[in-house]
Amino acid sequence: MRVNCLNSLTTVLDFKNLYMNPSTGNHATVVTRAVEKYAETPGGLLPLLHEIQASLGYIPKTSVPMIASGMGLSRAEVHGVISFYHDFHDEPRGETTIHLCRAEACQAMGSRLLEKHVKSRLGVDFGGTTKDGRYTLEPVYCLGNCACSPSIRIGDDVHARVDADRFDQLLDMD
Amino acid sequence: MVRVFIPGDTTACALGANEVAAEILRQAQQRGLEVEVIRNGSRGAFWLEPLLEIDSDHGRLAFGQVSVDDVFELFEAGFPRPCEHETYLGKVADIEWLERQDRLTFARAGLTDPTSLEDYKKHGGYKGLKQALKMSPAEIVDEVTRSGLRGRGGAAFPTGIKWNTVLNTPADQKYVAANADEGDSGTFADRLLMEADPYQLIEGMTICAMAVGASQGYIYLRSEYPKALMILEQAINTAREANLLGDDIGASGRDFDIEVRVGAGAYICGEETSMLESLEGKRGLVRFKPPLPAIEGLFGKPTVVNNVLTLGAVSTVLAEGASHYEDYGCGRSRGTLTVQLAGNIRRGGLVEIPFGTSLRTLVEDFGGGTASGRPARAIQVGGPLGAYLPASQWDTPLDYESMSEVGAMLGHGGVVVFDDSVDMLEQARFAMEFCALESCGKCTPCRIGSVRGVELLDKIGIGDERSANMDLLEELCETLDGGSLCAMGGLTPMPVRSAVKYFPEDFERGLEDL
Repeated sequence: MRVNCLNSLTTVLDFKNLYMNPSTGNHATVVTRAVEKYAETPGGLLPLLHEIQASLGYIPKTSVPMIASGMGLSRAEVHGVISFYHDFHDEPRGETTIHLCRAEACQAMGSRLLEKHVKSRLGVDFGGTTKDGRYTLEPVYCLGNCACSPSIRIGDDVHARVDADRFDQLLDMD
Repeated sequence: MVRVFIPGDTTACALGANEVAAEILRQAQQRGLEVEVIRNGSRGAFWLEPLLEIDSDHGRLAFGQVSVDDVFELFEAGFPRPCEHETYLGKVADIEWLERQDRLTFARAGLTDPTSLEDYKKHGGYKGLKQALKMSPAEIVDEVTRSGLRGRGGAAFPTGIKWNTVLNTPADQKYVAANADEGDSGTFADRLLMEADPYQLIEGMTICAMAVGASQGYIYLRSEYPKALMILEQAINTAREANLLGDDIGASGRDFDIEVRVGAGAYICGEETSMLESLEGKRGLVRFKPPLPAIEGLFGKPTVVNNVLTLGAVSTVLAEGASHYEDYGCGRSRGTLTVQLAGNIRRGGLVEIPFGTSLRTLVEDFGGGTASGRPARAIQVGGPLGAYLPASQWDTPLDYESMSEVGAMLGHGGVVVFDDSVDMLEQARFAMEFCALESCGKCTPCRIGSVRGVELLDKIGIGDERSANMDLLEELCETLDGGSLCAMGGLTPMPVRSAVKYFPEDFERGLEDL
């Protein structure tokens, strides 16, 4: 079961159950496997966290003690790393993340207007997940596509010269 | 079999290259034509993407800004043979925008299949490493020093001197760390190099390892570049299979391997010591210097930390010789500069030229003015920590020293153009906001000063005690400038001060409302 697929409210509730009991079932397996894989890797905490997040969609708070003991770190150190980086999240997320670029090159091409449109179309602010659980909206500061701004990233796909109409079109196609 | 080249890099794909490639294969199949689609790297002429190319007796021919809807018409007109169509641009070699450049680092970009080692070697690849393996470590370092190469990440520190320090610091383990955390808005040169010519970075890192005696390399790649990750991983594996990485490289008796580590969305990790902390699996807190990373770097061992372009350039320096590289450029800025034309620009993309070209030449001749067609008003050079320059400064030559004389910096070569609809107070406010968002939090001027900066600019924006708050803003900039631990806090005043200095009228609004 891939738990990063939120389709309905029921799944959200299931998600919460899993989230409350991560030592049972899938979560524990994923975390244990990742810890085993990276325990001997020098500075392996970041790749480990990436792997857990890629599998589960987020890094459950209750997995912190397991990661800490496996990596020979304190819980504070593990929590410190998760909270430092924008990419890591300790709450369940939408099925797909939409990254909207807020940096200067995109600003020069009207990203501030696009930002307003995207937020109102999705009905969420940055960090928020749509009611149907499909999308989480995040700001990003540069996608390296600055010659053809404004840029957004939906999942792993970057899109160029996105205005309000193009965004709606992309969403309808997704 | 006709070969059709369709770039597979991020920007080309963001403009529909994948869909165009699929449609070409579909049309070819329907017509019973044998077509081989090669996903080359982009040439960096992003304004022309998706830029299709085909082989011909007269060299490669180009079709620009091709959309899915063009494909049917193209085939009707005779594609994939040379044919008349509105997207047809003639010979790639004759496209003026490309032809006017001096491509050293990006000579292969767009020409080759990025993951093909054979292609890389056929176009001069691994010539540098071959030279290096015949030389002693000190000779390699000397060659790099004589080329005048300076760090392309932004700080412009002489590369040879850095390498020499690592070479002369005895240790049981040394590292090479490529900084591929290209976070500056308006920059994409590292990305293009990794997506279009990844072996060049691998070769450069290997040469560096041979020079300083390192056995392990890391590429710290930002998570915003998933395509670069895929291409790098593939290239590293191929290099390993060909014994160009791993044990006993090219039967030289020397070992070196590379691992790609993916960042996690923190801009500050582009700062070298923060990057080292992140590679060690920690929060990306900036370290005090000294000790320099060259003496106590990754895991406390001597480490070369270089930008992707710097390491890429090393391959050219070794392959063609120090003097060939040094022949380009002016003053103390040697070699070529990779400028990235971005933001509100008609012909954006990557321009590699000798140092010393003016901003005006770049933006007007190469860039063709703004995309919106309105007059350009401000150009930010060198990323979010770089200055905003008005038209009166656009004749400044682009080299490290000249830029610094006008209170600006070249940084990583990002050039972001804004038209006359820009509100410079808003841009100054964003500089402070960005610093507040991305500060690692270790030093007070950066962590707290940036937050106070946003508040001050909000007050100035509504005309609240404008004069007193403008004085306070300058004092705050002084504190950030002089009291921050690294360039994040130290340089945030640069965009703010330049906005105030060159566009004072934008900071006076609200007065009439009082």
